[in-house]
Amino acid sequence: MSLALLIDFGSTFTKIQAIDLAAEEIVAYAQSCTTVETDIMVGLREALDLLPPKIRNSTFSCKLSSSSAAGGLAMVTIGLIPELSAEAARRAALGAGAKVIRVYSFRLSSRELQELEALKPDILLLAGGTDGGNSEVILENAKKLAQSQVRCPIVIAGNKVAADEVNDLLSFSGKTTLVTDNVMPEVNGLNVEPARAMIRKVFIERIIEAKGLKKAEEFVEGILMPTPTAVLSAAQLLSQGTASERGLGDLVVVDIGGATTDVHSIGLGNPVQAGVVCKGLPEPMAKRTVEGDLGIRYNANFILKLCGQERILKNARFSHPDLLQKLQSLSRSVETLPRSEEDLDLDFALAASAAQSAMERHAGTIETLWGPQGQYYVQHGKDLTNIGHLIGTGGIFIHHSQAGEILRKTLFSLQEPFSLRPRDPAIYTDARYCLFAIGLLADRYPEQACRIARKYLKKWN
Amino acid sequence: MSSTPANKTVVLGVLGVDAHVVGNKIMAHALESAGFKVANIGIFSSQEDFIRAAIESAADAILVASLCGHGEMECRGFRDKCMEAGIGGIQLVVGGNLVVGKQQWEDVERRFLEMGFNRVYPPGVSPKKVVEDLKRDLNCSSESGARSSG
Repeated sequence: MSLALLIDFGSTFTKIQAIDLAAEEIVAYAQSCTTVETDIMVGLREALDLLPPKIRNSTFSCKLSSSSAAGGLAMVTIGLIPELSAEAARRAALGAGAKVIRVYSFRLSSRELQELEALKPDILLLAGGTDGGNSEVILENAKKLAQSQVRCPIVIAGNKVAADEVNDLLSFSGKTTLVTDNVMPEVNGLNVEPARAMIRKVFIERIIEAKGLKKAEEFVEGILMPTPTAVLSAAQLLSQGTASERGLGDLVVVDIGGATTDVHSIGLGNPVQAGVVCKGLPEPMAKRTVEGDLGIRYNANFILKLCGQERILKNARFSHPDLLQKLQSLSRSVETLPRSEEDLDLDFALAASAAQSAMERHAGTIETLWGPQGQYYVQHGKDLTNIGHLIGTGGIFIHHSQAGEILRKTLFSLQEPFSLRPRDPAIYTDARYCLFAIGLLADRYPEQACRIARKYLKKWN
Repeated sequence: MSSTPANKTVVLGVLGVDAHVVGNKIMAHALESAGFKVANIGIFSSQEDFIRAAIESAADAILVASLCGHGEMECRGFRDKCMEAGIGGIQLVVGGNLVVGKQQWEDVERRFLEMGFNRVYPPGVSPKKVVEDLKRDLNCSSESGARSSG
């Protein structure tokens, strides 16, 4: 038996998967509350104690982990034009698994700088200008940052012509800097991978310690990535396959958590209908969006605020007359698990509403324009209508008997024909909560990881 | 540093609800062959799309094509928006089928010059002429910077 132990220090729960790599089987799963405020090891030990003794006392061939504890990876991004380099920087940070807490564009004002200092992000991503393009703004922003109280590492990913000077300005004033390739080397040209890789490097080398997670490395080999990156990497592995395992092709993963709802899509998302023209910044092949305000525990209240009572109740079977009180209580006691039929129904309605909103925001849209020769269609974002596979992951997909139905609620609808959501995909749920573990294994054991992921997906249609 | 097309960036695109893409590709090819760095934002581009691309790429000129006949309406306020966005002095060039009906070219040209465009081209203008004018207007030396057009 060659056992791998995969751990996720989540915002609410610390989860452990024990996987037998030789038999390609999940052998045990356990979870306990994350205890980052006191000592991260307490929650981990509690979860380990829940594993069967035979597993717990085994020798593991690898112990890898991801983390979204202590607020996840909070990033601020800065670019020049909101729709261009600032958007490219935001996408790079999202793809690196970050929670983007603010995006700034143009020259930073003193008010913005004060706000940025108060936000105390974990990493700052500084972009602006195409290669050979505008360098004044990124230089001026670097000067302002150099004189600021900002203490976090700064990843520089803007105009290459200005990069050295930006780096000098910041590093001479004592800031920690890392230079990488421009996130937008040319107008409407996206290059997010180098910045993503650099952010991950900073995460491993600096952020883990800064967040009080270093202690966990006494037990695990390393906290390799933020949790969303692990899920995105599993999605990529499932979609693209390996040398010997055929991938599933284009797919979407919806990850419903207690605090956020993430959507990951793998695919180009080009128009599937004739006569449609794409506009705007190109989409990354592996795209992640995160709705920080849509989570079925911490942010249960916000789901009501954002989606409205009507949508929630439309997704429910019960009438939930005390909806507001219930949601307030859920967001206060985030570890609550549903007990009654009514609780399960409310969880379903919240998850479906969050997933619907998150999918609407992730999928591309069609805009209709009228010209002298008639109607034209312009696509913004990815066309996901022909996506073949839709996968749900997150606690609710393990326990809920109607889990597949949650995903069905996110599909294309004739009432909103210009929202390019998946039309008729095969629907699966991550019924054993193993996608994060697959993402962690993907680099070292891609073949096994790919087969295990496929084996444990539960198909609903 | 001597000015050559190689260190000049131009933003090129087709303005408004206009799907005429062939001329756009030909013009991009002509400019690139002459050595210019081209940020081609393509068809269905708004004034704001041109301006954003020009700021981000620190462009020296914006070349606007309008072929659907609505040029006069679509181009109005372009210079004003450039001024508002901090690139008021940029070279603005427009060409294509700018208006419909039989109109005197001199009148059409005057109206677009009054709007703040530096150069206005009639239908059927040779890309070569546009390139040569641009080199002159941007003070490029003509002998250097040219790339082989294959």
